[in-house]
Amino acid sequence: MTNRNILGEDLARMLKGGVIMDVVTADQAKIAEDSGACAVMALERVPSDIRTQGGVARMSDPKLIREIQAAVSIPVMAKVRIGHTAEARILEALAVDFIDESEVLTPADPFDHIDKMPFKIPFVCGARNLGEALRRIDEGAAMIRTKGEAGTGNIVEAVRHWKQIGRELAELKTMHSGALKSFAQEQRVPLTLVERVREEQRLPVVTFVAGGIATPADAALMMSLGCEGVFVGSGIFKSADPPRVAKAIVEATTHWQDSSLLAKVSEGLGALMSGLEVASLETKMQERGW
Amino acid sequence: MLMIVGVLALQGDFAEHIAVLHALNVEAREVRTPEDLAACDRLIIPGGESTVMSKLLSSSGIRPALLKRAQEGSLAIFGTCAGAILLAKEIIGKNSPEGLGCIDMTVDRNAYGTQLQSFHADIVASGIGTIPVAFIRAPKIMRVGKNVGILASYEGAPVLVRQGRFLASTCHPEVRGEVAIHRYFLNM
Repeated sequence: MTNRNILGEDLARMLKGGVIMDVVTADQAKIAEDSGACAVMALERVPSDIRTQGGVARMSDPKLIREIQAAVSIPVMAKVRIGHTAEARILEALAVDFIDESEVLTPADPFDHIDKMPFKIPFVCGARNLGEALRRIDEGAAMIRTKGEAGTGNIVEAVRHWKQIGRELAELKTMHSGALKSFAQEQRVPLTLVERVREEQRLPVVTFVAGGIATPADAALMMSLGCEGVFVGSGIFKSADPPRVAKAIVEATTHWQDSSLLAKVSEGLGALMSGLEVASLETKMQERGW
Repeated sequence: MLMIVGVLALQGDFAEHIAVLHALNVEAREVRTPEDLAACDRLIIPGGESTVMSKLLSSSGIRPALLKRAQEGSLAIFGTCAGAILLAKEIIGKNSPEGLGCIDMTVDRNAYGTQLQSFHADIVASGIGTIPVAFIRAPKIMRVGKNVGILASYEGAPVLVRQGRFLASTCHPEVRGEVAIHRYFLNM
């Protein structure tokens, strides 16, 4: 694998076991840092607002990103539209720490994702299955997050995508060399990469989960399935008591094996974000990208 | 007596440290509670976010237990990057976390800048050798007290320092699978 941003993969390792929180203002970023976020994700609207308000969702205003960078000491990530190389160049000029090429924003390129190799800033990308994850890694992604279904507060798609990748990794073990070769061809990824993940039974980069995490129990569930950390989008700042919910999710991500602690931090959190049934959605963000 | 090395597993790259310990055939244990810590002879504080680890050190109840054992001299500690920040007596930079104050030094968090300033380097440590490491949004040691030994420097700044049973590096040998500094720590 030559298409690697090793320093970016190293930064992703430092985020492990942590919670990356969506923020739309510098004040929210400070609340996130004070509540124990390991990084913040700057975006113009949280996914649940993008859903209800509609319109084209784009990269944040650079002014907002600078304000967030000035407010916090933890890594600042920001989202760009799928395939929007110019937005990514702008974020690199702003010296954000990580770029999320995200299906939560409206895609810019119907054919190609960003060629991530020429960038020094690392990229994190979404995936629903093994082929999608490997294509993003082959393009140079330094970190993968499962897509889930953003802005729903519904964990089911996050679980689906995480387990899907796990099942496909396990299936690779049963394949003979010809089947492996066809898998690599069908998925348009190098055979060497497929052979590597078959051997290691995991993706070669840090893998977080995203899209639908709204409670401490959701975070603990995903950690128990082997995720290396969580992204929380609308779940925190769409709840009645964001600092308290944020702290509770941080505690649950670290202490996911401790049920009595989970019971304690889950108690009396007040109104959580209201959830959506995935079958009723007009737009499935997870279907953006390929 | 069999040595058990704890790795603080509140957040960060604790799995990479555990892999290095396993490569050295040492028993490693993830530490998330004061009970976990009580079973360990030594402790590694990994890379990650020092602000996150500091909060979780307090909420988990590990902080007082750790400080007590550090003061008694019954716990050797090795901190990398965020771990080095937490070991420092004085931490500067915005939103600095509450540290442990084990090593008489001043550390500036994120002094090198953002991820664009992260870099690879080979550091030369006295008595240990040349070690390839990564500096990831690294802190910088701005001052060390007279009882602090500098084992390695890079471009004029100390990057690996020791005071008694406490060892701190501002860079990451563990992400390169390097065992030499860990071996030194186990013999400290």
